[in-house]
Amino acid sequence: MDSLPKLTSTRKRRNVVERTLADLSHTMEQSLFAEELARQKGLLQSLDPRVKVLGILALLLAVSLSRSLAVIAGLYVVALLLAWASSIPMGFFIKRVWLLLPFFTGMIALPAFFITPGPPLVQLPLGLVITRTGAQTALFLLLRVSTSVSLAILLVLTTPWNGVLKALSVLRVPDAFILILGMTYRYIYLLLHTTNDMFLSRQSRIIGRMSTADERRMIAATAGTLLSKSLHLSSEVYLAMQSRGFRGHPRTMDTFRMRPRDWLWGGALVLAAALAVWLGR
Amino acid sequence: MYLAWLFSPGRMHVPDGYLSPITSLIMLLLVLPFWYRGLQRLRQAMNARSVPVIALMAAFSFVIMMFNVPLPGGTTGHAVGGALAAIILGPEVASVAISIALIIQAVFFGDGGILAIGANSFNMAVVLPYVSYALYRMIAARTPLDSRRRLAGAALGGWVGLTMSALFTAIEFGIQPIFFKAVDGTPLYAPYPLSVAIPVMVIPHLLVASVVEGAVAALVVAYLQRTNLGVLQIAEKPALAAEAGGLNGLRALWVGLAALAIAAPLGLLAPGTAWGEWSSQELANRGLGFVPRGLAQLESLWGAPLARYDLPALGNTKLGYTLSAVLGIVLIAVVAWLLTALLTRGQSSARN
Repeated sequence: MDSLPKLTSTRKRRNVVERTLADLSHTMEQSLFAEELARQKGLLQSLDPRVKVLGILALLLAVSLSRSLAVIAGLYVVALLLAWASSIPMGFFIKRVWLLLPFFTGMIALPAFFITPGPPLVQLPLGLVITRTGAQTALFLLLRVSTSVSLAILLVLTTPWNGVLKALSVLRVPDAFILILGMTYRYIYLLLHTTNDMFLSRQSRIIGRMSTADERRMIAATAGTLLSKSLHLSSEVYLAMQSRGFRGHPRTMDTFRMRPRDWLWGGALVLAAALAVWLGR
Repeated sequence: MYLAWLFSPGRMHVPDGYLSPITSLIMLLLVLPFWYRGLQRLRQAMNARSVPVIALMAAFSFVIMMFNVPLPGGTTGHAVGGALAAIILGPEVASVAISIALIIQAVFFGDGGILAIGANSFNMAVVLPYVSYALYRMIAARTPLDSRRRLAGAALGGWVGLTMSALFTAIEFGIQPIFFKAVDGTPLYAPYPLSVAIPVMVIPHLLVASVVEGAVAALVVAYLQRTNLGVLQIAEKPALAAEAGGLNGLRALWVGLAALAIAAPLGLLAPGTAWGEWSSQELANRGLGFVPRGLAQLESLWGAPLARYDLPALGNTKLGYTLSAVLGIVLIAVVAWLLTALLTRGQSSARN
């Protein structure tokens, strides 16, 4: 048993580069997967992005406003049905939310079961008491967070990112801001790849173990280099934009057209949200 | 131990469900003037150039949040990078860049809530950069760019800055059970009162995440002091942003054009005419047995005022050629200038 902590600590020490590499590729994978799903056929994929953005926002607001656990649970069922109709793998959709995200929230909600004062609900050994109020408040937190996250990822999983961006203009987000968002999203990939390459080349030249201090210096140097590269790139991108006629004003090609079924589904989503708000007063 | 583990990765992205919609709305309203100020400053400093600079800096903020920073004792943490961004770009611009990174994290990666974008931006993109930058400036004062005081300023700025944003997050959490309860008293959103939320958020940050934030800021500033000192000046002179990364583009373009114009007469040394630009006379000389009829007819249609780039009045071919070139460049420049003036008429007021 003695060797076990040592082993884990060596692994951790060695893993700073590897862990960053894993985080980077996980992020890239995640959005590649989202783009892939967004290109499949399904209910939400077939709707106008503007309808989706407004509909999902309305549902999110309903989740946030509702004062009834049953209504929030009902909205989660709505999210599940929408995912099912949009041919999103259900196992993935449920696991992604319940295994990963409320892991953090779950740890926060857990003490609330016990420390919130209120009438006792369940007596546990060790003198722990789950209070009624505590159980309710913890469930509120868990359900609200998981339903909100489910709704949010529904949007991304069924809409290519440039669709989401264009749809933002209905929310009166200024064009310049949308342009910046789009460019940022695009260059995140380039920088992710660049960083991945930098760490990979570094990793391939590391023999043995580095001290924590060396590792920190290496991480800082990589960050500094990335910063210089980003600034350099921004001036190159500016020149490229200028040479293509950019003079500070973005022009977008708006090719969306609302069809009757867009109106229908948009209306249905907003109506569902309004109903939920009314039921969960 | 439980609490330290709970918050150790330095994750402060508030998901939807923790804050009441009213709180989210108020936080969004609080952030708006800071965004406006940041965009305003960008526009003054660099006009159209601001778009790619802000996009790349936002992308940088996004990527930097993924770096695993090793801490003494074998654990690792993530930095927000807000202190670093503020030191490099100034707090106004950093605020916009970090907010954009946060919006993309919320919308495209489900990290942090969509309704909570205002709150997250306020905590991490307003409190963090403004506090960090104020401390950095205070400690760095008027010391040269490569002084060690700047490192101390960066470290302390990052440490205090992120701790302050943890405090603000805790206050937002802590006021939820005061204002938002069901009829029977059940807290509807984040359940813990201020007396619990503040120590739980602030203490672990003081010990871990804020240390990472300060360390990253100081270490990267130290690296830039050794390698790219110019970058550290941008916060004070934002127009430098592009130059720090490379050549000033337009100046390079003009220098290049002038060099080309000067070098152009070299072509006179080469024999013959440009390929494909033969006159009908030349075509015949080149062994083509006939002149296409259409060509012969069309050739007489248009006689250039400076045929063969020669000014016959001068009587000197070489001098005439060079003068034609100068005349041509001036003509093209005038046309381009007129076109630009025509196309951008009415836009200049919007741009500035």
